[in-house]
Amino acid sequence: MTAQDVFFYIFALITLVPAFVCVFHPNILYAGLSLFGSFFGVAGIYVLLGADFIAATQVLIYVGGILVLILFAVMLSKNIYGAKFQDEKKKKILPGLLGLILLGFLVKFILTTPWNMTLTDEAPLPTVSRLGDLLLTDYLLPFELASILLLAALIGAIILARSK
Amino acid sequence: MMFAVDLRHYLVLSAILFVLGIIGILSRKNSVGILMGIELVMNSAGINFVAFSKYVAADLSGQIFALFIFVIAASEVVIALAIILRIYQNKTTVDIEDIKDLKC
Repeated sequence: MTAQDVFFYIFALITLVPAFVCVFHPNILYAGLSLFGSFFGVAGIYVLLGADFIAATQVLIYVGGILVLILFAVMLSKNIYGAKFQDEKKKKILPGLLGLILLGFLVKFILTTPWNMTLTDEAPLPTVSRLGDLLLTDYLLPFELASILLLAALIGAIILARSK
Repeated sequence: MMFAVDLRHYLVLSAILFVLGIIGILSRKNSVGILMGIELVMNSAGINFVAFSKYVAADLSGQIFALFIFVIAASEVVIALAIILRIYQNKTTVDIEDIKDLKC
């Protein structure tokens, strides 16, 4: 095992254990806080995959934006510690069984498919300039559409959430 | 070698994350909890894209798609939380079993 493999298992653990807590903890506030660790673990996985800009963006957008928004919404609704926010345990059994069956199928297909791996040499690491080149040449139309989508989401959220 | 990490390890990791998100979506009654499940599913899709970008495609197209996943996840969570806050203002609940009609 090289150091990279050890780091993969560490980051996988950092990703999966908080995700497990997030799904199965009855209190929604603790579930949201445990997402914090999960998003950082995914950022570490991106670093291992040689995607430095994606990892930085993951930390900025998911941890800095999305997670803060989710915690904001959790804390705005009252009775976080009350009985209303505690889900019952037995509701988890049927989705858990379904998930285990789905996981079995997925893992079986992942392990039996002959992947066409064409890994050559390591790509040079600062990917930022090449990503920027791609965004403004090959992927220009999706890039502009993403900006329109963000503008529409911004206006829609303001219209939906303002008080009358 | 079982422990040497290659594409399959990343795919299995993202499959576990995906299934955890699906379980969260199906089992939570709090709508913010369902949103957390959707975030887990989107993260697993991002891991898949970047892993394929390194091991199969060997260019940066997968990383571009991961960036677009971030954009879509951000706008989705903003709209969903605005709707949830709106429902909470009118009904003082975010439990999906108490929200039965579209008009509120």
